[in-house]
Amino acid sequence: MNGRRNDNREEFVMRSTLRTGVCFGLATAFLGTLASAETTLRWADPLDIYSLDPYSYGSTSNLAFLNHIYDGLVRYTPEFEVVPALATKWELIDNKAWRFHLRQGVKFQNGAEFNADDVVASLNRASHPKSPLRGNIPLFAGVTKVDDFTVDVAVKSPSTLFLNDMTNIFMFDAGWLEDNDALEPTDVSAQIEGFATYNTNGTGAFILESRVPDSKTVLVVNDDWWDEKQHNIDRIEFTPITSASTRTSALLSGEIDLSSDAPLQDLERLSAQPNLKVVKRTQLRTIMLGMHREEKLDDGRDNFFNDLRVRQAIDMSIDRELIAERVMRGLARPAGTLVAPEIPGFSEEINELTPVDVDKAKALLTEAGAMGAEFTLVCSNNEYVNSEEVCSALISMFSRIGLKPTLDSGPSSIQAPKRNSGKTDMYLMGWANEPTLDAYSLLIQVLHTKEGEAGVANRGGWSYPELDAMVAEAALEQDRETRLAIENKALKLARDEIIMMPLFQIPMAWAMSDKVTEVSIGADNKARHWLTRMAE
Amino acid sequence: MLVFILQRVLNAVMVMLAVALLAFLIFQFAGDPVAQLANEQMSQADRDALRERLGLNDGFVTQYLRFVVNAAQGNFGISYRNGQEVLGLIAARFPATMELVLVATALSLLIGIPLGVLTAIHRGRWFSEALQFTSIIGVSLPSFVVGILLILVFSVILGIMPAFGRGEVVQLGWWSTGLLTPSGRLALVLPAISLSLYQITLIMRLVRAEMMEVMRSDFVKFARARGVPRWRIQYIHALKNCLMPVITMTAMNMGALIAFALITETVFQWPGMGMLFIQAVTFIDIPVMAAYLCIISFIFVALNTIVDITYAVIDPRLRHATR
Amino acid sequence: MPSPVSHDSIAVAEPVSPVPLPGRLARFRSSDLWYSFTRKRSAMFAAFALIFLIVTAFSAPLIAPQNTYDPSQLTLLNSEIPPIWEDGGQMPFLLGTDTQGRDMLSAILYGSRVSIVIGIASVILSLGIGLSLGLTAGYFGGFVDNILMRFGDVLLSIPTILIAILVSAVAMQALPPELREVGAGAVLVLAITLSGWVQYARIVRAQTIVERRKEYVQAARLLKVPARRIMVNHILPNTLTPIMVAATLNFGMAILTEATLSFLGIGMPPSQPSLGTLIRFGNQFLFSGVWWVVVFPVVQLCLLVVSVNVLGDWLRDALNPKLR
Repeated sequence: MNGRRNDNREEFVMRSTLRTGVCFGLATAFLGTLASAETTLRWADPLDIYSLDPYSYGSTSNLAFLNHIYDGLVRYTPEFEVVPALATKWELIDNKAWRFHLRQGVKFQNGAEFNADDVVASLNRASHPKSPLRGNIPLFAGVTKVDDFTVDVAVKSPSTLFLNDMTNIFMFDAGWLEDNDALEPTDVSAQIEGFATYNTNGTGAFILESRVPDSKTVLVVNDDWWDEKQHNIDRIEFTPITSASTRTSALLSGEIDLSSDAPLQDLERLSAQPNLKVVKRTQLRTIMLGMHREEKLDDGRDNFFNDLRVRQAIDMSIDRELIAERVMRGLARPAGTLVAPEIPGFSEEINELTPVDVDKAKALLTEAGAMGAEFTLVCSNNEYVNSEEVCSALISMFSRIGLKPTLDSGPSSIQAPKRNSGKTDMYLMGWANEPTLDAYSLLIQVLHTKEGEAGVANRGGWSYPELDAMVAEAALEQDRETRLAIENKALKLARDEIIMMPLFQIPMAWAMSDKVTEVSIGADNKARHWLTRMAE
Repeated sequence: MLVFILQRVLNAVMVMLAVALLAFLIFQFAGDPVAQLANEQMSQADRDALRERLGLNDGFVTQYLRFVVNAAQGNFGISYRNGQEVLGLIAARFPATMELVLVATALSLLIGIPLGVLTAIHRGRWFSEALQFTSIIGVSLPSFVVGILLILVFSVILGIMPAFGRGEVVQLGWWSTGLLTPSGRLALVLPAISLSLYQITLIMRLVRAEMMEVMRSDFVKFARARGVPRWRIQYIHALKNCLMPVITMTAMNMGALIAFALITETVFQWPGMGMLFIQAVTFIDIPVMAAYLCIISFIFVALNTIVDITYAVIDPRLRHATR
Repeated sequence: MPSPVSHDSIAVAEPVSPVPLPGRLARFRSSDLWYSFTRKRSAMFAAFALIFLIVTAFSAPLIAPQNTYDPSQLTLLNSEIPPIWEDGGQMPFLLGTDTQGRDMLSAILYGSRVSIVIGIASVILSLGIGLSLGLTAGYFGGFVDNILMRFGDVLLSIPTILIAILVSAVAMQALPPELREVGAGAVLVLAITLSGWVQYARIVRAQTIVERRKEYVQAARLLKVPARRIMVNHILPNTLTPIMVAATLNFGMAILTEATLSFLGIGMPPSQPSLGTLIRFGNQFLFSGVWWVVVFPVVQLCLLVVSVNVLGDWLRDALNPKLR
């Protein structure tokens, strides 16, 4: 610390600060905010959106949010039916291309008219080699304008799955993109910002008013929306609140009207409040464990997971009902098979839970010579509801049968690349079968041998040619019932071989004040506030 | 004089270069940016191209120099997490943090100084001992615990204070302020208290120590002998002599307080730079982390240099003092 | 502490030196200290509390009802049992259990042990680095001094908490997962030490520069006593007073820093919870009625740091000659 000195200067400083302080106080006294009579939905979620550019990041929650501002050619109903949006109808031409007939008279929020050029520009942007969203439309082959309100989209295969994928591809205004030099997607490595990262111009039900990242994003109603307005909201104030307890206290104190992903542990308290209500259900997403299945573990040890007895032992050590009841507060649905009951391909026969049997598990482990085997469970702490707690509980259960597991837990931005590298011993993941909504999604992408486009999410490196054959058969099968039977057979094989271990379907819970009178909550946990109504 | 100022500024620049080197070094260990940026479907060729475009194949010195040159121009690149320009991201959050820090500093001066004088003058009395003891508890309570307790009591149990955020903000040019709206001011109260608690105790202790020393000095004895009223000696003459070190410490601590605010910001969901940083840490968003580190250090070094130079202007003897 | 040999070696210098022998000085001080200690009730209380906390924390494996590091001892069947005096409380969970069925008392004992070990280790490491670098810089001066102190300046121009966050976040990232369990504590110690040593180095350096000019050191140099011995045996003891105060207060700071990092989720992993980790988890349950999972760790952490700081505060006053 420096010595002290007596100087007039400091007195001057003190006085002038005082004076400005007073002026400041007076100025603030004159200003205040005006209360508004409009209907405002104050909505909180644990995560902020990443970007305002729908092509910047293939995140489901980001896209769900931006769907309020932008529309796609087609969209899902809350019951997952593909229905017209910016396209009024479509047909398959020669099994090579989809012809979309566009809705006429639709205006972008900057006043420009929506037409075929916009679709061409948008699809080119989405499928650009630099686009992070490219992987979301794997069947896309090219787009051509037929006339002002008709486009042909060439596809690699005639599967209707393409339409499902298209629900997530939103339409930009070509002129707006061109004027703002944003025809190409934002390239992170280019070290420049994209115009669309900050600015929006969609055809959607709401217009962006302002956005402060991590703080507040405000949407206002688009009175010129092309669709019939079912909501009565004038304004949406979206606030990300990471901390579970802060979200709860904000609901309790009435600072927010609605919280998606309300903390499970607080639901009891929240629903006990007279002015709050909680809506809860299970999602389509099944949480499951995958194991490394190559010959050696990544550290060079012989892979004990390849011994079916070890996998059986692990499977029967997991008390799914206890996890669902305690960690998930009775809101998760314990699972015996890898897909949820809502997903075609599911059947009740294969969904029976494996009985918990610690002694038998120990015996199996001893028999397989894997007693005391060490391995790491990779788990993320912010990907799924209470996933870290689930992993901790699993670690105890595995320890009890004589294994030596280690928990590697962290944020999903760090854990997901690890898991995807295919080197981890054991990992937790979720699969919702979206947007396909058919067990085929799990079979081809997760359970199939990793080769080409198949098995992209096969992170353990397993290979069951028998299963691959069934998947190929299902792909060619035209009859729905026969196909589902084949899928069911494949799922049964997965269960018998314990390729992966299903745990449960995760619950979702939204808590809201009773001012929110109607809200659409689908099993995909996406917000659709163009269907939300509030008390006037 | 000019030589002294130049020397000081040069010194500051050297320190900043070293900080930049340190930041740069730390982030060499933070993992491969390509692995972060690339999406799953990206081919190896695309990855290599990305690596080349990011300049990761260049030598260490080249990369460091490029980092420094860009940083000096305020170009920290764009965020890995959301593709926005890092400097813009930080600038947007700067007002929130500064308002919090300034209000907390004002609070700590307004509360800390009188308490310090009180405990110095009434040394040995029960309330001054009690205050001394309370101040120890003040430095011992972790900042996040204070925050949690404040939220629990004032937001949840009493329901009179907002639990998160900044309330309504008004945009004055690029500066967003919460001071002009009732909800903004209300939202500031709990975070500011929680942040200032530690600073209050520091200032109180400093004032107490300085006061006790001044009260023993000759000029106070003279004043007393000349019959100047006791309160006048204590509150005017003696206190005036204590203020310089207090103001110095406050100024020099500002940088640390800005960094420390990240805990308060996390607890109160305050949309400042600190929260941005913590989020960047969980995402390993290297450009944001590097920029935050450099900016905080810059504020810190700049304040120190200004304090040094100001002192030299006031007291010429210091210009020739060796370090 | 000085050895008898060294006393002999500078016996010539002794009478002319204005500074009393370090050994005697220390003894004298400590008796004075003891007097002051016995008169200050808060310091005595803090010392007893601290000893109690440290002893219970280190005997956790003996006295805790549950080994919280052994996951096979936890079962969800025991989750969220309230403390024994509440309805539904059951033995042996005196302070209740958390959502994983972990006994809170055991978790707190083991957690305190982690916090204390990290605190002590980082203080010792900082002391070791700070003292040796400070002595070297002060004694030799010149280029070495310049480099070392400039490096310190750089570290001091980054706030401590920031260095700690960056280092632990990056290092945890770099550690392979199987090492993370064991390595987490070491990383935290390193993260805290990185900026912690500078303060000691500065204190020691300043004192060394003063001492170096003194006659007894000059005499010892003339007698060709090795530099290292002069530094360790003669200069170092003279710097011990401020160092002791700083070390005590920094012990408290280190515990707080560790708790903060763990609270932010970049400290100790959930399988080896420190007090900060426990508070981070508990914080999620602030409103769900299981108050015991957050309140007890908070109380324990505060008790620990308050008693360290009360002790450090008393030590500073007691050792400050101006306040005698």
